[in-house]
Parts: sequence; C-alpha cells; structure tokens
Amino acid sequence: MILTRPWEYRDLLARSKSIAMVGASSDPLRPSYTVFSFVRTGALFSVAPINPKLDEIDGVRAYPSLAEYARAFGAPDIVDVFRNPAAVLPVVDESIAVGAKAIWFQYGVINDEAIARADAAGLDVVVDRCIKVEIARFHGGLATAGLNSGVITSRRSGAR
Amino acid sequence: MLWYLVKRWGGETKALVLYSPRRGRLPQCSRHTPVEARTFRNSMNDRTFGFATRAIHAGTPPDPVTGARAAPIYQSSAFVFGSTEEAAELFALRGYGHIYSRISNPTVASFEERMASLEGGLGAVAFSSGLAAQLAVVLALARNGDHILCSQNVYGGTITQFSITLERMGIAVTFVPLDDPKRLRAALRPETKLLFVETIGNPSGSIAELSELAAFAHENGFPLVVDNTFASPYCCRPIEFGADIVVASATKFICGHGTTVGGIVVDAGRFDYGSARFPLLSEPSRGYHGKIFTETFGEYAFLMRLRAEILRDVGAQLGAHDAWLLLQGLETLPLRMERHLANARTVAQHLEGHTDVLWVRHPGLPSHPDHARAARYLPRGAGSVFTFGIRGGRDAGRRFIDALELWSHLANVGDAKSLVIHPASTTHSQLSDEEMLAAGVAPEAIRLSVGLEDSDDLIWDIDRALARAHSDKAVIR
Repeated sequence: MILTRPWEYRDLLARSKSIAMVGASSDPLRPSYTVFSFVRTGALFSVAPINPKLDEIDGVRAYPSLAEYARAFGAPDIVDVFRNPAAVLPVVDESIAVGAKAIWFQYGVINDEAIARADAAGLDVVVDRCIKVEIARFHGGLATAGLNSGVITSRRSGAR
Repeated sequence: MLWYLVKRWGGETKALVLYSPRRGRLPQCSRHTPVEARTFRNSMNDRTFGFATRAIHAGTPPDPVTGARAAPIYQSSAFVFGSTEEAAELFALRGYGHIYSRISNPTVASFEERMASLEGGLGAVAFSSGLAAQLAVVLALARNGDHILCSQNVYGGTITQFSITLERMGIAVTFVPLDDPKRLRAALRPETKLLFVETIGNPSGSIAELSELAAFAHENGFPLVVDNTFASPYCCRPIEFGADIVVASATKFICGHGTTVGGIVVDAGRFDYGSARFPLLSEPSRGYHGKIFTETFGEYAFLMRLRAEILRDVGAQLGAHDAWLLLQGLETLPLRMERHLANARTVAQHLEGHTDVLWVRHPGLPSHPDHARAARYLPRGAGSVFTFGIRGGRDAGRRFIDALELWSHLANVGDAKSLVIHPASTTHSQLSDEEMLAAGVAPEAIRLSVGLEDSDDLIWDIDRALARAHSDKAVIR
C-alpha cells in the first residue's frame, strides 16, 4: 500500500523496529549521513547501513547487501532508500526477496516502476518523504524548530 | 566488555551489550528502544481541525514534563545538552532540540508552529518585529548585486527599509504598480530574487491579485512573498492562493492587544530553491562546512537556512515572554476578528453617509476600486484598517484628531482599542500638500484601526469630533 498521510507514517513507524538504510554514507555532508546519525543516536530503531563500499558508520557495521543484512537479522521492517532513482529497481527486488515489510524512498528518490512493483508485492511504500522528519513529527522534534507537525492533542505524551 | 545503559521511558533501566573492544567486534546493529516503550501515541488522526481549534491548540500540546496546559514561558537563555554526542548532533543540524534562545526557544517554537498551522504553511520562524522578519526573508534569498521587486502600495517603513537600507547593502529594489503587467515585466532582471506585496496595502487598502502574482513570480523563477499583516490568517491565507512565503507584523491583529512587538515568517515549503538562481540555498554553505541546504533539508531548506544562518547571525529573535503574549492573543483571533470586521463595516458605512467626509476607502465597500477582489481573497471581510478623507483638508484633520476622546492617537493598528492617525500632521508632516499627493497620501486622509468597543460609542466620538473640526469655536477638551 502506498502511504501518503502523516498518521500512516506514524503507524508504520510505530510497528517497526529495524531500518536498513540503503546507500547510507559516512560523509557528514550527505543527507543520508544526517538521517543515519539521527536515527542511530535517537535509539528508537535499530539501524544498519547497506553499502558495499563501507565497513561501518560511527561504529555500526555496514552490510554489502540486504541479503547479507537479512542473514544476520532477518527481514528489516523498513528499507530506507537513498539512491539514484534510476538505480532503485534492484533495491525493490531485493527488499521483496528478503521479506521487508516496507520500503521508504527518501526525498527525490522517485521511480514509478519501483513504487508500483513494491506496492504490488504487498510492501508499505512511502515516497519522497524523509524518515527523519516523520520520526521527529511525533516526538516533538519538528515542534522544537517551529515546524508545523500537525499534532493537535490535549493528551500528555510520555516524552518530547 | 563495555555495557551500555538505556533508560526506558517508563523508568526501568535495561542493559544491552553493544561494544566489546577486546574481541574487536562491532555491534551488529545500533541500539533501539523496545517497541512497547515508545511514545507514538494517538496524537494525530484523520481529522482536519478547524481554524478556531488550531488557533487555540496548534503548537501547544500539554507540557510533557509538568503537564502544564497553558504554554509555559521558558525564560532561559540556553539549554543543557544531554551528552556531548547530542550536542554535536545539534550543532551539525542533524538533531532536533534547543541550544540557545537566539536560535530557538520552546515558547517561541509554540508560537511559530501555531502561526504555521493557521497560515497553512510547513513551518515558521519568529522575529523581534515585522520589519526584522521581512528583512530576514530578503537576506535568506538575496545578496550584494541581487534585485527584488516590491509593490509600490506598501507600508512606508517597508519602502524605507528596502530603498535605503537594502540599497546600501547592494540589493537593488524596484517598486512596481501591481496592476500594470507591462511595468512588472519591464522591471524583471536575471538576478531578481523575489516579489514582495501586501495582501491589503497600507494605507490605500489596495488588494493584491495573489493568484496572478504567484503565477507571474513562478513563471520567472522566484517566490512570491506576501505581507499578511492587515488581513491576518483569519481573513486571508495567501498560501492558499499560491504565495510561497508569508510575513507579518505579529504586533497587530495576531497580538491583538497592543502589548507586544513581534514578527513572523511562514513558509509554504513549495518553492524549489534548487536552481542556480538561489546559490545561497543550492550551493555549499560556508556557515555549515559545505552543507547544501536544498539537498539535505528538501522542502525545509528555506526555513532551516532562515533559522540556522539568518536568525543565528542577525540576532533579531523573539523573546519567550513576548511569544507567550502573542500565543494568548492568537487564542482569540477568530473571535476578535469577527468583531473587528463588524465594527469596521459599521463605522465605514456611517462615514460614507457623513456630510463632513469626502471619501471612504475601505475594500469592503462597493465604492472601493478593489471591492470585487476583496470579495474573492477576503470573503470574511477586508480587515478593520482603512482611511477616509475629511472635508477641510490638513487643518480639519488636525482639529478632528485633537477633538477625539475614545479613539487613541498613535502609530499602530490591530489593537483591541480603536486607533487613529492623521498622516499629514504626523508621519508626513514635513511634506507639502503637493509632496504628500505625490507620495500617494492625501492631506485630508485619516487612517482608522477599528477596535472592539461598542460601535455606537466609536461613532458617537467620531461624530462629535467631526462637528468640532468644522465648528469655528476653538476645541475645548
């Protein structure tokens, strides 16, 4: 199913524990490093980089492929994709093969065929969104920066 | 063996094996909090809440630490880091959190989020005044050698800021008549970075044709910036008509009680700054070790740069206590605006029928040239600030002001109290009648900001003062 609403992202994140980050970089200037570092230090999800060119990022082991990752941990709940849109079809195929439950295409990673294929295989699909932003939306992160979280509630949350 | 302690939200502490240097073994995966301990609550659902609900709730869920229901005033200059790692994440713009109140503050953030919600934007950054807010927008998009377009029907303070201060900084400005497409087009330059207009022009009451102006700006590759001060988001939300950035003096209707000077910038997050026209956003930032804002922050690029570079470096931040006063004002914005609009309508109609009044320029009246446009862009009403011309010119205007009892003579608008000013005897008093007309302000013009009092009392005071302005006897107070 293609998810398009913030509360759908919230529910996806709430039922997920593990994130495999395809194309995560160790270069602090890359957006993928920003997101990786945010998720790792936030400690709400277990995260691992999928990048054949790296051994590790900030002390977390990198896996050359989703298949290698799955051998160690089983299927990831979310495959988070930082790749050239033209290169994501194999990532979708591999995600389906290892039994990933969801695939998350980051800002600008838009490939209609890849989206359709993942959707048809029964994965939850998020397109052109940032997983960091959607995690922060419900944990007070966006609110600290004056960003419109859309959260309206009179219930007290456990933490911000 | 190194053990890492993870404190769970519930208070229970768990130990996880993460790293063992002796075995040279890397952790197989980064740590995470068990799923049942997380804080994804029922904090959002499929409901689109209305304007009045958001005016009260947006940006202020109950305080998570104390449960305080009213927004707490976080009167603190700085905020303690949880760890050196967290500090590094914050300084590198990877984590979310507060460092120092010049850059962000929890109370100010509540106000920002509420404004973003009411204007229908992606986010907002508050400033110490409306003029600081609009200057920050220009500084975020333009630099020495660049050019901006501005409506000629804007607040005098904006004309001064753009034509004198910006020019001195090497940013050129062309003031254009918005209703003349030929002159708009003729003013375009390759280095034009934005078009600045007011929803309701001050003091003429001209209404900007927002949809067409947004299309014009986008066709030519730059954003439309709209000053929505006189309308407030209750009367008009420019983002719904294609505007990219909304700025406002929060001092006026947003505050509503004449207590606080503040400004706000709301960004729609729709404009693509990735082009070569906006190197400040699309090229490596010197202030952040080469980070490219459009690449890292996507639709948040403009807001991030506005806060992390402009607000940080300029230091024109809103204070926590001031933000709290503005939050209090916003809670009643819809109620107040209804009364402002009704009172303004009553006073304008009364003045239009008065023998001592030459003209009334209120966009809500059929006599205003932009009346049809006001009906489209401001269906609830075109604000409560408007001008009228007093018979007898400059001298009669002076006598009228001096005879008023209830209306306050001062240079502000959007207060609960009714306000009045006579440009010819105050802001424009050094100019001759001819010079004033050239500046677009008639010597007989009086500007009203209709407040929330009983309209009968407001009309009583006006009638009395108009009579005194035209009597031969000296005014006795």
